[in-house]
Amino acid sequence: MEFNIHSIVFLIFSVITLGGGLGTVTSRNLIHGAVYLIVSLFGVAGLFILLSAPFLAAIQVLVYIGAIAILIIFAVMLTRSMTRMTEIYNRQWSLSLVVSALLFVLLLVGIILPVWGPGTANAALQPSELVATTVDLGVAFVDGNQFVLPFEVASLLLTAAMIGAIVIARDRD
Amino acid sequence: MGNEFDFLTHLPAIMPEIGLAILAIVVLGLDLFLPESRRRSIALVAGIGLAALALTPLLWGPPAVPTGIGPEEQNQVLLFWGGMVRHDVLAQVFKVMVLLAGAFTSLMSIDVNGIGRKGEFYLTIIVATLGASLMSAAADLIMIFVALETTTIPLYILAGFKRNDGRSAESGMKYFLFGSFMSAVMLYGLSLLYGFTGQTNIYALADFLTSPAFGENPVPVLGAMVLILVGFGFKISAVPFHFWTPDVYEGAPTPVTAYVSVASKAASFALLLRFLVAVFPADMMIGGAEIHGFWVQLAAVTAVITMTLGNVVALAQRNIKRLLAYSSIAQAGYTLIGLAAIGAQEQSVAAVAFYMFMYTFTNLLAFAVVVLFSEATGSETIADLAGLSRRSPWLALTMTIALLSLGGVPPAAGFFGKFFLFQAAVAADLTWLAIYGVLMSIIALYYYLVVVKVMYVDRSEDESKPIPMSRPYAWVLGVTSIAVLILGTVGAQVVFDWALANASTLFA
Repeated sequence: MEFNIHSIVFLIFSVITLGGGLGTVTSRNLIHGAVYLIVSLFGVAGLFILLSAPFLAAIQVLVYIGAIAILIIFAVMLTRSMTRMTEIYNRQWSLSLVVSALLFVLLLVGIILPVWGPGTANAALQPSELVATTVDLGVAFVDGNQFVLPFEVASLLLTAAMIGAIVIARDRD
Repeated sequence: MGNEFDFLTHLPAIMPEIGLAILAIVVLGLDLFLPESRRRSIALVAGIGLAALALTPLLWGPPAVPTGIGPEEQNQVLLFWGGMVRHDVLAQVFKVMVLLAGAFTSLMSIDVNGIGRKGEFYLTIIVATLGASLMSAAADLIMIFVALETTTIPLYILAGFKRNDGRSAESGMKYFLFGSFMSAVMLYGLSLLYGFTGQTNIYALADFLTSPAFGENPVPVLGAMVLILVGFGFKISAVPFHFWTPDVYEGAPTPVTAYVSVASKAASFALLLRFLVAVFPADMMIGGAEIHGFWVQLAAVTAVITMTLGNVVALAQRNIKRLLAYSSIAQAGYTLIGLAAIGAQEQSVAAVAFYMFMYTFTNLLAFAVVVLFSEATGSETIADLAGLSRRSPWLALTMTIALLSLGGVPPAAGFFGKFFLFQAAVAADLTWLAIYGVLMSIIALYYYLVVVKVMYVDRSEDESKPIPMSRPYAWVLGVTSIAVLILGTVGAQVVFDWALANASTLFA
């Protein structure tokens, strides 16, 4: 393997991702675990940039770090008794170890071996012509010949969901 | 794709949806500015608006398709918005259906305590209707998913709308948990399907499945299909994905139950029909085997267990809403016969469309009576319906029409609904399935007639207290019962022919 700037950056982000993941499962404090999770997700965002997918990287930061991880922290903080919880509640860690190892092997096999069709077919796959850059993606959202209809409907859906959330959550009628 | 986009040529395909978006804004504005005492008119605006919008699919019908052209050219004429929606007769029929369902649901909510005077309630119904309307036309995986969620997420809210009522909150929560899990399964299937085929348009998917590229890699694609079908199974509450149905139907506010049982189900059947006809054409061969036969068997087996479970469990119900819930599971089973009979081509599509059309009116009628009765008495037990024929003769009569139609007794519409379905099954060489359907209808007749017996024969102490009925309810009951009777007599052939005449555009 050639040793260049790419592989160094890849190494750094991989260490961040794996280290964050390890920290998430080993830390006994839930808040610390959530912070480690953010670190790990940040590493994944870096890997996306390396794969020349800047849009996916931005989404990774916005959705996973900005929304999901923060939501976890909120949930932990709002249930006060969980903030200072330090015992391990999962007594079946050996079972989960087996499951995780199996999943790991499965993914490894799926990526390396040509289980799903011969490898040559995959090599011949071209990047989608529809969306090549983030600019194309933005255009696709507002082009009548592409995805403007689902995009607009999704905004209507979010409006209705927000109104619904207020209806369900508000104190008095 | 690729051509210059002309807004005006694409506009007719989504006319009802544009109207719905405007109506949603109007309702929200009324909710802001109307004083509490005049809030009742919000329901009228929503109901009449939705009913008026039900005309738009008829006014802006699908473009004329020149005869004798292949599927490719046909899709070029009928696909709009970059292939997101297909503006054809199947979409037209089902759009009319869901818009009417929304209209009647709004009108029958008007006097219901806790929801009738809330603008948000009607706004949520309108958005759900918009989703259901798009579902009937969706022809792209992305559009399918967005439309499905636009229908179901508002329904979660509606099911839990009566926050202070424990049963309603439980119903909303259950619906949400089951529903979001199933949506996730389905989305997983959709994304795998895209990943393996590189196509999002369902008509392009069919091309891929017949191409040699599919032969190299069939297992994951079929696996993805199974995940998608599981999602559909949940939406139409087919056994074994029906567990949510009775609890959600019982706990949700009754107008919402009515809406879930007709609009959501009708739109899901439209989508399922389109998906299967487009993705698995009848003559498709994969690896030398006819994939079509596999699909037919799957639908037939699901139809059999769904009908059996729905009807048998319904026999034991004491709560009228639970009874109608199991009855709706059974009805989904009958409709699946139509899907299994897809070998009969146009006939089966038209039979399913007609069945859903008459089922929409019938179930709305039944639930409107339940709404009136439970608002007046606070009870949903079948035994409490005793003496209804003496309390409110008209109410008992309309309920009887609805139950006869559900049971498939002429002159109510259910008779022709089942007749067309079984006819399609026979035409597709599935005579055994048709016979089983008839047997199941006879079992079903028992529990429907028990309710009629309770209303007409049993006596109660409250016979001198008629059920109060305001004018919107009288309209709903009147229009739906007349529709059920017309569809069961003179209108049956007309509507069936309407669906039949143009169903051929689905098959090429």
